[in-house]
Amino acid sequence: MSGPRGPRPRRVLSRGNVFVYGTLMLVSVYYLLPLWVMVMTSLKGLPEIRMGNIFAPPVEVTFQPWVKAWAEACTGINCDGLSRGFWNSVRILIPSLVLSIAVASVNGYALSSWRFRGSETFFVILIVGAFIPYQVLLYPVVILLRSLGLYGSIWGLVLVHTIFGMPILTLLFRNYFASLPEDLFKAARVDGAGFWGIYLKIILPVSLPIFAVAAIIQVTGIWNDFFFGVVFARPETYPMTVQLNNIVNSVQGVKEYNVNMAATLLTGLLPLAVYFASGKLFMRGITAGAVKV
Amino acid sequence: MALDSGAAHLDAAFVSVRDLTHSFGTVEVLKGLDIEVRNGEFLVLLGPSGCGKSTLLNCIAGLIEITDGQIWIGGRNVTWEEPKDRGIGMVFQSYALYPHMTVHGNLSFGLKNQRMPEDQIAARVVRVARILQIEPLLDRKPGALSGGQRQRVAIGRALVRDADVFLFDEPLSNLDAKLRAELRVELKRLHAGLGNTMIYVTHDQIEAMTLADRIAVMRDGVIQQLATPLELYDRPANLFVAGFVGSPSMSMLDGRIAGGRFHVGGQSLALDGYEGRAPGTLGAAILGLRPEHIAVAPAGVEGLSAVVELCEPMGADKLLWTDVEGRKVSVRVPVETSHPRGSRVTLAPAMGKASLFDAGTEARL
Repeated sequence: MSGPRGPRPRRVLSRGNVFVYGTLMLVSVYYLLPLWVMVMTSLKGLPEIRMGNIFAPPVEVTFQPWVKAWAEACTGINCDGLSRGFWNSVRILIPSLVLSIAVASVNGYALSSWRFRGSETFFVILIVGAFIPYQVLLYPVVILLRSLGLYGSIWGLVLVHTIFGMPILTLLFRNYFASLPEDLFKAARVDGAGFWGIYLKIILPVSLPIFAVAAIIQVTGIWNDFFFGVVFARPETYPMTVQLNNIVNSVQGVKEYNVNMAATLLTGLLPLAVYFASGKLFMRGITAGAVKV
Repeated sequence: MALDSGAAHLDAAFVSVRDLTHSFGTVEVLKGLDIEVRNGEFLVLLGPSGCGKSTLLNCIAGLIEITDGQIWIGGRNVTWEEPKDRGIGMVFQSYALYPHMTVHGNLSFGLKNQRMPEDQIAARVVRVARILQIEPLLDRKPGALSGGQRQRVAIGRALVRDADVFLFDEPLSNLDAKLRAELRVELKRLHAGLGNTMIYVTHDQIEAMTLADRIAVMRDGVIQQLATPLELYDRPANLFVAGFVGSPSMSMLDGRIAGGRFHVGGQSLALDGYEGRAPGTLGAAILGLRPEHIAVAPAGVEGLSAVVELCEPMGADKLLWTDVEGRKVSVRVPVETSHPRGSRVTLAPAMGKASLFDAGTEARL
């Protein structure tokens, strides 16, 4: 038998491939270069940094800037580094995460499976909430928190994060639950499960991916939040991002570039870790707004 | 209890739907519908998609809020009861098995919700698994089952509840033809063994004919005819039922009745032997003939002259597609006969089996 036979051979070094991979590599370098500079700078001593040449790897590797950023850097009168902000952020993140996901998932479940009179209107109002600029609500929320006695406390921030995360999370959960087969819900009703029974024993276990997506959105969002932190917290309850800003932007003394770089990297470590640990789900979180309504 | 109750009160209305109306927005899906299902009866709701048959089933199950009317099951008015309290078991088209539970978990979920003791649950699951021959599958998850096995588990989930009434919502539609035929027979056997009341929704008229004690043919939320399969097949109440039931379907000849004869185009047929009360004269009428109720007559016998257009061999017999005065008429003929395309034949319908319809009201004469 002569002539073509079997699968068509693919050329690895075709013109298209060279172009695509070339472009990808170029773009990767463009985006990775700042990270490279940051890591290298954070490992150098100040004299070496002053020599210029920001791309060069350190001649003498030192971890002192990391130690200083974590435990010794001063913000205001406190000189215990970023560690305080880190633990504040953790204390804000965990309750906000659990609370917002718990409430939003039940919201989404009620809105998709137990349609009540006016449920669509309720949903629309909730979604409109996502489009109100935070700045407009700033002052009312300050007053609200003050009268609740939560202003400046970690629980105040937890409340703010939970409420402001509600529209997008509810949308996310509602859409996902609406895509589950309706018969599943009906079968569970015939089997005698009620509102909570169906939610806990049927809906929740089959929807774990969307819970993971919601968790990723919330972890990165809350951890990276600076705005709410700077407005609603006090120096002793500042989250890590606010503290980072205070370290980096302090105008007294020498600019310690290595410490600043280390501090920034430390703050970005958690979202980075989340991203690497959950690549695909992370992408779904980013595109969540594009899910059909 | 219900598993061996047999056909005790065969004539008592067991499920009774009274003046049921269901509106979806401004659209009335069901319009003042009444239906009585006897104890132990296998009732099939048959109709094209969108006729409201699934809606009716969901109303009986309590899964859809009704707009007006009453539902009675087992002598109890369950109109306001929760689905779980109606004494029903339901099987869905999409199986609706809980994907994260094993087969055992799926079967026992309802019983656990009833807070039944573990040993009783285990006993029931084992019994149902034996009936449906799914014992080896009990530890598998639905994802690891074939379509037929999944549907068996779904049926098992209904059985294990020991319900008085079983509701089936197109349970076989997602299966391939061979499996569908197999499970159909099994369902019939199951009904014969259990003797429970069963209400079964389908758009497949073969399923309806083979399974049902009685069939309710529905269109646009209204029951067109409620009768035994044979009655439905032989004496359809109107043109819609006649056209919907039977495969290959009934041939329809539009013409008129005059002088005790049916006239179609330039030909006519004596109506002698028609069992209905055919009027002597009627402007427009439709004559419905099933393929097996027409014979190809030898020359000289009175009949309709037709031209052969096509021949479909079906295995057991052949289907002859003919043209009578521009109308298509199909005729079931033995395999041995030979009728070349374009040849002229005389068709002799068995008038005793024919159906006549008023062209205006579409009702049977």
